[in-house]
Amino acid sequence: MGAYHCQLGGERFRFAGLAEVMAKATPARSGDALAGLIAKSDVERVAAQMVLADLPLKAFLEELLIPYETDEVTRLIVDSHDATAFAPVSHMTVGQFRDWLLSDAADAATLTALAPGLMPEMVAAVSKLMRNRDLIAVARKITVITAFRSTLGLAGRIGSRLQPNHPADDLKGIVASTLDGLSYAVGDAVIGINPATDNIPTAMTLLSMLDDLRARYDIPTQSCVLTHVTNSIEIIERGAPLDLVFQSVAGTQAANDGFGVTLSMLKEAHEAALSLKRGTAGSNVMYFETGQGSALSSDAHHGIDQQTLEARAYAVCRAFDPLIVNTVVGFIGPEYLYDGKEIIRAGLEDVFCGKLLGLPMGCDVCYTNHAEADQNDMDVLMTLLANARAQFLIGVPGADDIMLNYQSLSFHDIAYLRNSLGLKAAPEFEAWLTGMGLVSESGQLLDNGQASARLLEAAP
Amino acid sequence: MSDVVKDKWAALRQATPARIALGRSGAGLPTRANLEFQFAHARARDAVHSGLDLDALEADLAPLEVIRVTSAAPDRASYLRRPDLGRKLAEGEAEKLNVRPVCDVAFVIADGLSSAAVQAHAAAVTHAARARLEGLSLGPVVIASQARVAIGDEIGAALGARLVVLLVGERPGLTVADSLGAYLTYDPKPGTKDSQRNCLSNIHGQGGMSYEQAAGKIAWLTRAALERKLTGTGLREESGALGVENAPLIDGA
Repeated sequence: MGAYHCQLGGERFRFAGLAEVMAKATPARSGDALAGLIAKSDVERVAAQMVLADLPLKAFLEELLIPYETDEVTRLIVDSHDATAFAPVSHMTVGQFRDWLLSDAADAATLTALAPGLMPEMVAAVSKLMRNRDLIAVARKITVITAFRSTLGLAGRIGSRLQPNHPADDLKGIVASTLDGLSYAVGDAVIGINPATDNIPTAMTLLSMLDDLRARYDIPTQSCVLTHVTNSIEIIERGAPLDLVFQSVAGTQAANDGFGVTLSMLKEAHEAALSLKRGTAGSNVMYFETGQGSALSSDAHHGIDQQTLEARAYAVCRAFDPLIVNTVVGFIGPEYLYDGKEIIRAGLEDVFCGKLLGLPMGCDVCYTNHAEADQNDMDVLMTLLANARAQFLIGVPGADDIMLNYQSLSFHDIAYLRNSLGLKAAPEFEAWLTGMGLVSESGQLLDNGQASARLLEAAP
Repeated sequence: MSDVVKDKWAALRQATPARIALGRSGAGLPTRANLEFQFAHARARDAVHSGLDLDALEADLAPLEVIRVTSAAPDRASYLRRPDLGRKLAEGEAEKLNVRPVCDVAFVIADGLSSAAVQAHAAAVTHAARARLEGLSLGPVVIASQARVAIGDEIGAALGARLVVLLVGERPGLTVADSLGAYLTYDPKPGTKDSQRNCLSNIHGQGGMSYEQAAGKIAWLTRAALERKLTGTGLREESGALGVENAPLIDGA
């Protein structure tokens, strides 16, 4: 393929191929260093960015980073590429594409129409030339609307997942955390439990409990137990009240093998969940999770940088019309994203790339105790992501997930974003909240003993 | 808020260790709850970043013979960024070990992600476990700094041990910052897969596994492993009745 080199500051830089240009153009992060792919110096990084800026977008159609023959994610990307949608930008270089994305010509309708014409690698490439503010400015312009019982992605709103995990899957404990979250107006995107014991009977018990609670108060939201896709298929066959199918996915076939998942499995699960027709406002029935570093951690990265692979995971997601996609950005640990700066950058990249590819992109704004990060970093990232119009963010009681042992956002944080930035919950959920007396017409939390008392009728 | 509602929330708090019913100041955490969270996080960070007091640990291990080694990670920052370095010995360290007579079982204590856990529990678990391994030849105790689980493979091979019991500080949570894990590896050598180990998790004093329970399980697994000549998934089912699980590898691994 083409020659990848440039002259910069009297020094000549040469890159072996497109994969090396992409990796070395990536803002620094520990995972790329661990993989031995990171630029050797800051100047080399800029040199790679300069080479990347001058590459035509079409280069990504011509030089596939992971071979078509050996990787089903590559085949999905290539086979589903919409040349007609791509036409308006097909003459651009990556650098010109960045300028155009930032311009007023790239408005909401244009970007929505463009999404099927973009490959994940093109989107990853342009993100590498963008500063954090650029990522926010473009992501903010993009509207992606999805629905099940609630409608997500509308202007002026931000959704939330209520995550009431318990280390022993104790039903009373989970109900307690759920009621606490509802009292903070959290849960419009999904009430989703990560089970401590991942098996079918546990998942069915949890699903029934959540469905009873939802039905009791007629809450316009959806529930999910985050169990493996094959379990969800089995649970559907056994007739349990399953709203959304969950699955973690990655950007290479080998990494998906590590998760025990294939595209055909996802297709089967998608069709099974659609057949239930449980959605009232829409029929987006999939919930995916991703995160930079997952391919490297399963030794399935093919020498590609972790941010590019993350964008490729979004190609998997978009094939199944998800309700929500969540990048669990700081969960994987400091060997992939070392500190608050790297986590913040990655969170913005992921939401930008996901939205540009047409996905309902949200984020688990989170970190582990061995990362160089704290709640102040999460405050920054959540505020930026709300401005980037993320579809939803995750809230756990007091920001402390006692089952998964990491820190996310608190229910309070979701309330802060809505109150301080003038954002509301999904419209169906908002109507329910006001009907219950939990929030005012303007969306502010109310100190209303009656509402709280009504919720507590369901308490164990 | 009425007293009835307050009482109900108080009752709910009993149903879960989660941080619920915290109250709010506007949309923010009340000062007290905010400081309690900061305290828990500070304790967890200190557990990750404080260095192990090697002299104190060696005193706790007395009268056992101790050999100190370090991993290839030169400092804590490198250790956190480069898990691969924490899995192998620094240059020249193996020479301290390979002059020893071979043994059935070697104990290795690795700081992992919580020096607090190692400082508090490792010596006690080592003494209790060794006391239950009568009849076996036990090598010296090796303390490995900036170390992850797989460093036990190289240490065990250098010592000529048939099996390594490696105690390691687990990634601290906000509630428990000093949880110790134990990994057993039969026929340790570099390149051993994680699926070839058995793991005990959550050895600590806040509702976790006690020293005696942990020692009992370590001894049972050790004898079973030496008899059947394996550790890992092949040993799981038969020890299931003891509540021993091959827990998913924590990132102290």
